[in-house]
Amino acid sequence: MKLLIKSVLLAIIITTSQAQAQEKYMTKEGHIKFFSSALVEDIEADNHKVQSIIDIAKKEVVISITMHDFQFEKSLMQEHFNENYVESEKFPKATFKGVFTSDKDFVLNKDGEYQVELVGEITIHGVTKPLKTKGVIKMVGSQLEAQTTFELSVADFDIEIPKLLFQNIAEVVKVTVNFKYDAL
Amino acid sequence: MKKIVITVLCFFAGAHWSLAQDDLMSLLEDNTEESTVYTEATFKGSRLVNSHTIQTRKKAELEFLISHRFGRLNSGSYEFWGLDAANIRLGLEYGLTEYLTVGIGRNSHEKTYDGLVKVKLVRQSSGKRSVPFSLVYFTSAAIKTLREEDPIPPNATRMYYTHQVLIARKFAPSFSMQLMPSLIHRNSILEEEGDNDLYAIGVGGRIKLSKRMSLNAEYYYRMNTPASDQQFNSAALGIDIETGGHVFQLHLTNSRAMIEKGFITETTGDVLGGDIHFGFNVSRVF
Repeated sequence: MKLLIKSVLLAIIITTSQAQAQEKYMTKEGHIKFFSSALVEDIEADNHKVQSIIDIAKKEVVISITMHDFQFEKSLMQEHFNENYVESEKFPKATFKGVFTSDKDFVLNKDGEYQVELVGEITIHGVTKPLKTKGVIKMVGSQLEAQTTFELSVADFDIEIPKLLFQNIAEVVKVTVNFKYDAL
Repeated sequence: MKKIVITVLCFFAGAHWSLAQDDLMSLLEDNTEESTVYTEATFKGSRLVNSHTIQTRKKAELEFLISHRFGRLNSGSYEFWGLDAANIRLGLEYGLTEYLTVGIGRNSHEKTYDGLVKVKLVRQSSGKRSVPFSLVYFTSAAIKTLREEDPIPPNATRMYYTHQVLIARKFAPSFSMQLMPSLIHRNSILEEEGDNDLYAIGVGGRIKLSKRMSLNAEYYYRMNTPASDQQFNSAALGIDIETGGHVFQLHLTNSRAMIEKGFITETTGDVLGGDIHFGFNVSRVF
């Protein structure tokens, strides 16, 4: 009898912990785009290799962005971005760690749309700042899609804009995030 | 005892539930493989001081380069310390592909036209695939069109060919060095000036003084000079200032000419005698 109880208990623990594992999703091809408009020219870059894991049960998300993977239309702009602005040799990755709350409880394996509010810390160029943004999480089949848009101030992250280039580079950058996760 | 066993079992089974965000980050890192990162911006532009660097143009990028070399600083106030005797080279360089750059130029010095090809063969990289240096093959052909003899000698006698293997390494974000083993072939040369083929080894480097400024230097040692050699090895010092799409370079060198056959093989300036030329380059990339 006691052995039976032990086995059942263990079985429950194991199966529920497996179920917990189903609530983690990962992407290695997340898309982040940033855009800033300025008098002389717009600055726009896309990164299609962003990595992230999202945990639906714990409502946590982590994002890792390799700065080198931002692609610009003008290669000279890309070189300056890496060498002079974000100094990607010193700070190769930008990261985000945060938690989110949603308007309703998540139901797995069922299509649905959830409005979420994300709160966390973003680290760029070695500087960590709090970040708060609203977004949408969609369950589509076995995939999870997450989207959000927010603005960042370049100066907050010790990214120097020399006076000469003031006309070129705006101080506020609009960031658009679009991830499609698969179950981990 | 059994309660302890059950508790311990539950603890072990449930231990992996308690992942904090840091653990989530480690999980992310464990699941992603390292990628290869190719070194960028080993030098700020396509020229070190006189020499080419391993920087080639990216595909469909055009560079317009205006190079000036003035007369000798020790030529006195009447000559305005050399500023009156200005040599200029106008050049265009274009990236046909990511790995192949072609260029043309015209020098006012001896009215020489030059054409060049730069092939990127090896790229320095770190990460998954680590390569310690970059290598670019540089070749140039030049023709001197100055009419200094009558009758004008055949074109073949006025041609010069250069081959260089540029090997560079970015040691740190602010320090790079380059080796330039070179071969210059002069189609027609006076016997006392040596062999048609001149071998030289160049060495140069740059130190970044700030994000946009660097201090550059180079020196060429000519290997097979004749016993009657009256010329000098080329030495140069420069400052690079980069602003957006332009690179400004200020130079001090004992060489008068701005192409390889000129500064490597025909330098008549004695540094110790004060035969220094001031010069500057302006480069704009479109």
